[in-house]
Amino acid sequence: MKIGAPKEIFPGENRVAMTPESALQLQKLGHSCVIESGAGAAAGFEDSAYEAAGVEVVKTAAALFKAAEVVVKVREPNDAEVKRLGKGQTLISFFWPAQNEALLELAKDRGATVVAMDMVPRISRAQKMDALSSMANIAGYRAVIEAGNSFGRFFTGQVTAAGKVPPAKVLVVGAGVAGLAAIGTSTSLGAITLAFDVRPEVAEQIESMGAEFVYLDFEGQVQDGAATGGYAAPSSPEFREAQLKKFRELAPEVDIVITTALIPGRPAPKLWTEDMVAMMKRGSVIVDLAAERGGNCDLTVKDEKIVTPNGVTIVGYTDFPSRMGTQASTLYSNNIRHMLTDLTPGKDGVINHNMEDDVIRGATVTHDGAITFPPPPPKIQAIAVQKKEKPKELTPEEKRAQEVAAFKAQTRQQIMLLAIGGALLLGVGMVAPASFMAHFIVFVLSVYVGFQVIWSVSHSLHTPLMAVTNAISSIIILGALMQIGSGSWLVTILAALSVFMAGINIFGGFMVTRRMLAMFQKS
Amino acid sequence: MEYGFTTAAYVVSAVLFIQSLGGLSGQESAKRAVWYGIVGMALAVLATLYGPGAGNWMLSLVMIAAGGVIGWFVAQRVQMTEMPQLVAAMHSLVGLAAVFIGFNAQFEMVNVASVLADAPTTLRGAGLQAWLHEQHLGAFALKVAEKSAAELSVLKIEVFLGVFIGAVTFTGSVVAYGKLAGKLTSSATKLPGGHMLNAAAALLSVLLLVLYFQGSGTWTLIAMTLLAFFIGYHLIMGIGGADMPVVVSMLNSYSGWAAAAIGFSLSNDLLIVVGALVGSSGAILSYIMCKAMNRSFISVILGGFGGTTGPAMEITGEQIAIDADGVAAALNDADSVIIIPGYGMAVAQAQQSVSELTRKLRAKGKNVRFAIHPVAGRLPGHMNVLLAEAKVPYDIVLEMDEINEDFPETDVAIVIGSNDIVNPAAQEDPNSPIAGMPVLECWKAKQVFVSKRGQGTGYSGIENPLFYKENTRMFYGDAKKSIDALLPMIE
Repeated sequence: MKIGAPKEIFPGENRVAMTPESALQLQKLGHSCVIESGAGAAAGFEDSAYEAAGVEVVKTAAALFKAAEVVVKVREPNDAEVKRLGKGQTLISFFWPAQNEALLELAKDRGATVVAMDMVPRISRAQKMDALSSMANIAGYRAVIEAGNSFGRFFTGQVTAAGKVPPAKVLVVGAGVAGLAAIGTSTSLGAITLAFDVRPEVAEQIESMGAEFVYLDFEGQVQDGAATGGYAAPSSPEFREAQLKKFRELAPEVDIVITTALIPGRPAPKLWTEDMVAMMKRGSVIVDLAAERGGNCDLTVKDEKIVTPNGVTIVGYTDFPSRMGTQASTLYSNNIRHMLTDLTPGKDGVINHNMEDDVIRGATVTHDGAITFPPPPPKIQAIAVQKKEKPKELTPEEKRAQEVAAFKAQTRQQIMLLAIGGALLLGVGMVAPASFMAHFIVFVLSVYVGFQVIWSVSHSLHTPLMAVTNAISSIIILGALMQIGSGSWLVTILAALSVFMAGINIFGGFMVTRRMLAMFQKS
Repeated sequence: MEYGFTTAAYVVSAVLFIQSLGGLSGQESAKRAVWYGIVGMALAVLATLYGPGAGNWMLSLVMIAAGGVIGWFVAQRVQMTEMPQLVAAMHSLVGLAAVFIGFNAQFEMVNVASVLADAPTTLRGAGLQAWLHEQHLGAFALKVAEKSAAELSVLKIEVFLGVFIGAVTFTGSVVAYGKLAGKLTSSATKLPGGHMLNAAAALLSVLLLVLYFQGSGTWTLIAMTLLAFFIGYHLIMGIGGADMPVVVSMLNSYSGWAAAAIGFSLSNDLLIVVGALVGSSGAILSYIMCKAMNRSFISVILGGFGGTTGPAMEITGEQIAIDADGVAAALNDADSVIIIPGYGMAVAQAQQSVSELTRKLRAKGKNVRFAIHPVAGRLPGHMNVLLAEAKVPYDIVLEMDEINEDFPETDVAIVIGSNDIVNPAAQEDPNSPIAGMPVLECWKAKQVFVSKRGQGTGYSGIENPLFYKENTRMFYGDAKKSIDALLPMIE
């Protein structure tokens, strides 16, 4: 199949859906690649680099749409691009089918298959093609960089000859992929980072990134992320109040606020109100990653950077990934490449659009002249179900009661064992002759001593223990030695053989034990 | 007078043997403990040679010397990966010796009986004793001759038991040796009839005991020995390769009980003491191994894994492969590393490479440790010995209980050739055949690399969800080659 990437027509879009690197990988799958001249220029990939990777370069978008059987893009297509698609042609790009119904209709009428990268289900197997996550990762990083750009101080605290610099305090609201990336970037720049999320189960992830989780004093139903496929859901009014109260407390302290809160299929929740902005220090920065969906902050202006009268900068850009064109293109083209790998199971350049596959089914929005959106729910739960309640902490009285019970049970068990053992011994004593009983006492005591001694042997020395017990079990040689002087030749021969075998064992066992023990060395 | 000396020497030997086992509680004291054992053994042998009844000095010394040379030679040459085979082979020798000595006791009994029958009927008590001393009987035969009727019947039971246990130990150990050395198939194989055959053979043996007890003669003993040989063979053939730690420690225990039984029949306290020590040692080892696999001793002996109670949990995700570059990069970034070796490391002889990797990582100031599951390998403590041979310091080699809590704070866990002992299904899937078995929780580490030959399942045939986890990467290939490929990239 021929796979082609046109130049993005959205103004200011720097990304490209195919890089020379990903083209090489696609060719390994048996595909051939084609690209529109200049498509990669904004992302730092020249036409010559593509040519060197064996990619055909065509002059116009029209020629590309004609040549390619599979068109890969970044931004959702506009009407003109969809109209260029023909029957049987496949388009892989972001599509946002829920918001672009007209476009979806149009694609269906053209008979084209559309794979929407934003519809890839959130399951482990599909992570490698989850373009939303890889773009969110870049956005999170870039949000911190943009904030730093507008922020007049260091992130890290320093004590210099010229004076002391306090560290910046960063609050990240929403710990999704973008939020976690922002936390990571911010902590590695040295800022004190606080983070908040409505899903308490992400507290661990936040703390693992080196940030401090902001806990709410809130009694009541908390959200279970597993029920909503790992995304946040709208919260109750009481919860929202508790949340806003906490933010109001934090607002005068923090220098940088990065908001990333989004709820699928709804406008972004308003979390950073006007009065909080007013409370913030002069020179503080707010980066609103939810600007595209109305913004988490009341004052956010989409696609613009504004400064409020009290000197707080609010960044409302929506094109963070595009601002890092090279990185974003590399990751996105890899996501596309993984999608094509799944679409080409035979690695023979033949696309097999398997609608039984959860991932392919979920991402496909039109196929064979029909709209296949929305997909049925995936068969597999997105993330692990929240852990059930922890075992209840025991009160001291309960603990004490348990200990007493355990002690009693142990006593009972030991008395039982002793009684049974004693009875058995008595039974043996009734029938066996006295000479036997003398030996029997020795035997029972030795077993007892053996049990006491062996329990203390260290696990790592179990092999030497076996070798040494092997050697000493050759004590059986004594028996043979006592018989070897017998008058009967048969007895003598058997005894001699026994002595011989026991001899092997004694020397072999002790030698090999010594060898092993000599190897154990302390560092 | 002489007899008193021998007994005194035996008491000292017994104490030395107990010291020698007790000393194995620590690596340093163990080096001293083995000397206690050697001295104890030397003392016991010398005292017996010097003591009453030992004749044929020359022959004894020649046989000990010949055996000693062979034993010495084998012990010097054996590879540490071959330890399980060696231990099994040595058990078989003890078993066979017990059989021989038991038979000797029987021959002497027959012998004594015929001599007594010839004795002049006029002799009674001390006179008879004096006459017997003139009949050129050995020391042991003399003891037999002095026994009363009740003591003789007890002696018969003791001999019978000693021979039975010895015979089972002998063939069992030979089969275990064959399996461990790869000369026999390591999978569980049974004759048609399975354990019913064993039960039938055991029942027949009991019948033979009754016959023997009633004086049917030597043939019953021989028939029983053959049956016991069969039981030993068939029992161990029916047990699979990964259960070998239990089998070997079980045979160890048997060889001890055989020695104790022989001690009873020869009225030798030292034999009884040592046999009991070894027997209980093996029994405890078996118990520890069973516990580590969360299986009862019976189920191990009956072979195979128990039936499942329902369908296994569905595994989602896929195995993602990684190459040496990726592993090396992760290792270079990591601060703490835990390595989990298994039988696969022994098979690939990768312990030297692993040690070199450890040395390089430690030289860079990383915290490298080893996590050893009690049943890793084919012998209790097998992995510890292999790592010690490769000069991995023992204080970074930790037991499961010591290290399991540390996985969540660990950057990289490397699984080398182990499977079931790191299977999360044991904890997560109540329907899994290994549910409840304690496992190393390596999946809690930030990243897990699994060095594995291919995509197959482990010995138990259970799918391992670890390989499908998001933080797991599969590092396919021969363990030694894989680790060697890593070495130049660690800097």
